[in-house]
Amino acid sequence: MAVLTMTETKGKLAEEQEFSQAEKKIVYGTKDLNLWYGGDQALKNINLDIYENEVTAIIGPSGCGKSTYIKTLNRMVELIPVVRVSGEILYRERNILDRSYKVEDLRTNVGMVFQKPNPFPKSIYENVAYGPKIHGIRDKKILNEIVEKSLRGAAIWDEVKDRLNENAYGLSGGQQQRLCIARALAIEPDVILMDEPTSALDPISTLKVEELVQELKKDISIIIVTHNMQQAARISDRTAFFLNGEVVEYTNTNSIFSNPSDKRTEDYITGRFG
Amino acid sequence: MPESGTGLDVRGMIAKKRKSASIRTVVEKLVPRILFGIAAISVLTTIGILLTLLTETVIFFERVPFLDFFTGTKLKPLGEEAVFGVLPLLTGTLLSSAIAMVVAIPIGLMTAIFLSEYASEKLRRTLKPLLEILAGIPTIVYGFFAFTFVTPLLRSFIPGLEPTNILSPGIVMGIMIIPMVASLSEDAMSAVPNAMREGALALGATKLEVTLKVVVPAAISGIIASFVLGISRAIGETMIVAIASGSSKNFTFDVTQSMQTMTAYIVEVTGGEAAAGTTLYYSLYAVAMTLFVFTLVMNLVAQYISRKFREEY
Repeated sequence: MAVLTMTETKGKLAEEQEFSQAEKKIVYGTKDLNLWYGGDQALKNINLDIYENEVTAIIGPSGCGKSTYIKTLNRMVELIPVVRVSGEILYRERNILDRSYKVEDLRTNVGMVFQKPNPFPKSIYENVAYGPKIHGIRDKKILNEIVEKSLRGAAIWDEVKDRLNENAYGLSGGQQQRLCIARALAIEPDVILMDEPTSALDPISTLKVEELVQELKKDISIIIVTHNMQQAARISDRTAFFLNGEVVEYTNTNSIFSNPSDKRTEDYITGRFG
Repeated sequence: MPESGTGLDVRGMIAKKRKSASIRTVVEKLVPRILFGIAAISVLTTIGILLTLLTETVIFFERVPFLDFFTGTKLKPLGEEAVFGVLPLLTGTLLSSAIAMVVAIPIGLMTAIFLSEYASEKLRRTLKPLLEILAGIPTIVYGFFAFTFVTPLLRSFIPGLEPTNILSPGIVMGIMIIPMVASLSEDAMSAVPNAMREGALALGATKLEVTLKVVVPAAISGIIASFVLGISRAIGETMIVAIASGSSKNFTFDVTQSMQTMTAYIVEVTGGEAAAGTTLYYSLYAVAMTLFVFTLVMNLVAQYISRKFREEY
């Protein structure tokens, strides 16, 4: 049922998009982005605009730079000491690669969900309250409200409301991942980056996360890296195909899957390589 | 398997070997028993030591009332009217250990935080072995260092400091324990998965917030364990205090004065005067028993604390 309605609305959305394209606001603009790990170039001349309140999927074979790209968007890539970057990434019209841009500010606006669920070894409550707390919210009542709202937002409230004080590692993998989404939601991000968020999950948990993504995009722009093409087709509005550090094709999800314009894209999505 | 052209008859060889299998089974059965016997040596020794301690301590308490021993503030083991009160030794031990931990915990923990979270891989790989070398310096050297260097240094700005005192060996014991606290805490913090640091960084946390609110709490059981090992080490430390804090059996809380610890008392008494069978001789066992109970309780408390605060991941 849910899946059916989802595909229906998507069809409509795609039609609407054709018309409203011009009005859509750009969240992230990438201009001539190059990135090197030491001497190896991982990203080559990336030019990509990411739009507000959409789900943007990034697909491509292993080692194509898709994870590197998404980690550049919140500058987590800098944790690797040998990284060098050139070009511009404009987030809400400011270049985040500029030295004066504080990463903490960026990451407060741009949340991230990782490949493997990585809750803190604390209670479920503390996991969600962590973000608001480090940003100075101390009032117990407000924190309680934030925790409930975020857990509801991540569609996990009913499963955990009776055991908020238990360790997060007692949850199943799928629950942990939704908890991590709740943790990101708690500071009301503008964008959420998801780096293969369902690759460690079972099919039912995957479905739950996918439904959640559809729900979240009403308020939040979502960029999701996935190696699962069906997933990209199911949940995204726009898809970028990365290959060897380059963007081969970037367009509406419907058209990339039904009518890819590049031969390499076609080969990849029909399963000829990757 | 059909026979191969090379004429190798592996199956035949295995079958021949099987005939001597009886030796194999005997060996298989014997080995665990031998290993058990060897493993039992250390356990039996411990039990033996405990039993000796216990029986001799019982004899001591037949001569000196239990309460007098533990509430007595006077310790005069020699002479006609010997008095055995353990409190002077207890305060000596507790004060010196407390001073040591005041030095070792903050410095050790901060060193560990620096090494685990801030130092580059290269720096860490140079510094950590250095720390471990520091941990291998014989304690007599530290004792000498306390007596001939730290005490004179402290006396230049604490005029009332006695030539032998509990402050200086306390500080030096702290220095001795730093590498242990730092190294073990660093191990605990390095073991925290990077994914957790990334999770916190991705929420806009600063490096310090990640360290103090994610890494340290996640590693707390290991960190507490390092503190407790440090305290046990300080309580049991003998040479430094024997050299630098003198042998006056003062009951005082003034750290500038000379005091004796339980360990230093044992050193002094075993040094000559204690003829077997005298009360003085048995007092050694009573003090050693107290020391043992102390470290035991310390370890139990630590286990409880670290279990209670453990953040499992």
